[in-house]
Amino acid sequence: MEEDQELERKISGLKTSMAEGERKTALEMVQAAGTDRHCVTFVLHEEDHTLGNSLRYMIMKNPEVEFCGYTTTHPSESKINLRIQTRGALPAVEPFQRGLNELMNVCQHVLDKFEASIKEYKDQKASRNESTF
Amino acid sequence: MFKNPGGGALPRRRRRTAGTHAPVCCPNHVEGVKMAAAQAVQEMRTRVVLGEFGVRNVHTTDFPGNYSGYDDAWDQNRFEKNFHVDVVHLDENSLEFDMVGIDAAIANAFRRILLAEVPTMAVEKVLVYNNTSIVQDEILAHRLGLIPIHADPRLFEYRNQGDEEGTEIDTLQFRLQVRCTRNPHAAKDSSDPNELYVNHKVYTRHMTWVPLGNQADLFPEGTIRPVHDDILIAQLRPGQEIDLLMHCVKGIGKDHAKFSPVATASYRLLPDITLLEPVEGEAAEELSRCFSPGVIEVQEVQGKKVARVANPRLDTFSREVFRNEKLKKLVRLARVRDHYIFSVESTGVLPPEVLVSEAIKVLMGKCRRFLDELDAVQMD
Repeated sequence: MEEDQELERKISGLKTSMAEGERKTALEMVQAAGTDRHCVTFVLHEEDHTLGNSLRYMIMKNPEVEFCGYTTTHPSESKINLRIQTRGALPAVEPFQRGLNELMNVCQHVLDKFEASIKEYKDQKASRNESTF
Repeated sequence: MFKNPGGGALPRRRRRTAGTHAPVCCPNHVEGVKMAAAQAVQEMRTRVVLGEFGVRNVHTTDFPGNYSGYDDAWDQNRFEKNFHVDVVHLDENSLEFDMVGIDAAIANAFRRILLAEVPTMAVEKVLVYNNTSIVQDEILAHRLGLIPIHADPRLFEYRNQGDEEGTEIDTLQFRLQVRCTRNPHAAKDSSDPNELYVNHKVYTRHMTWVPLGNQADLFPEGTIRPVHDDILIAQLRPGQEIDLLMHCVKGIGKDHAKFSPVATASYRLLPDITLLEPVEGEAAEELSRCFSPGVIEVQEVQGKKVARVANPRLDTFSREVFRNEKLKKLVRLARVRDHYIFSVESTGVLPPEVLVSEAIKVLMGKCRRFLDELDAVQMD
């Protein structure tokens, strides 16, 4: 009956100081029973296309990933389902973690380049102002 | 610049005697076809093409396995080599800069965060002691919420849920107390409200900051104020009074648009205009009129007028050229897929370059949050 459709849910939680014993879920992993860990759906709470699309792009750039897609479940709910299927027996958590790390590295590099560019522009402007005086 | 499809000149077919049907295909022709195919693939990978009735090659397709002969796996070094940022214009409220070598997904993430997830301080609770003006309490409270407050949100915390009072680390207090009276020295027959009444217009300069706790030591006089002091809040007539206390808290645009730190943040892709054939004479003049001024330059070359693409960045793509039967076949309108021209206009709370830095840090914070979650799960 329902045995085949049993889904294994692994819930991780952030204990907040809100109330005794109350946990605010941030990340869930859902996979069908019987599969090994290479196809997993991650449920990311309090997230939308901002992180979803950029993370999907980074994960798709990984040649080990056979499928990666995300969807917002309903506009009234603020969570996304991100599904990853890998080639071979690579656990799906690995490209997920790698995608997050790579996205962080991209952001860090963009930040460094941007701040350097701003500083250069301001220095140029300052030296131009000085030369006109 | 005009494109010549097929590589070099095509060879003339040699006349054959009867009986032989072998095709005459010299290596030049084969090379030409290969080059055209490679050019088509390059165009698919790097350009978004604006056709007459639709837009082609919209989605990013350079993922590993899609194109044979290309290595599209993520390579941080290759990304760092190709990526650069150029600031075009920066003043105290607006910033225009180019981000080259990044994908739409990430550029869009920055834009979304600038609009909705960079925090600011704004009026949240209004305690009305006396409001005898004709503006209703809730309308007045709504207007006060939209006033940008000049306070660095990074120095404050979010208010805890359920906390009604607010502490000095998460709240700013302002007082607004204005009473309108008749001006005794006005001329008898004057009808100008500026002469007849005193304090009949309530501006943001009437808002006074009430320091809580040790805020007076942390923030020098005059630094915590509304960004603009000439925003009209309400109008009064003699006998009417507004007396209220405002609490400002830290929030993000996702919660309410009043917390958004940008007037707007947007980006566009760099236009790429190619002339498929040389355009001369009267057609060149016509072509320059189809685009924004400065995009097409008409030069005199050996007595003839020749059109040249001078500065495609200025074009706003009105697609006027497609309405001209002759000219629409001579031009290819496209956009460069990974060159983003960002335009950020701040409301004055923080300088625009700080807003962009904060937006990038917010995205890093999101990634870090899930990495920590994964570590916590794996340790269980």
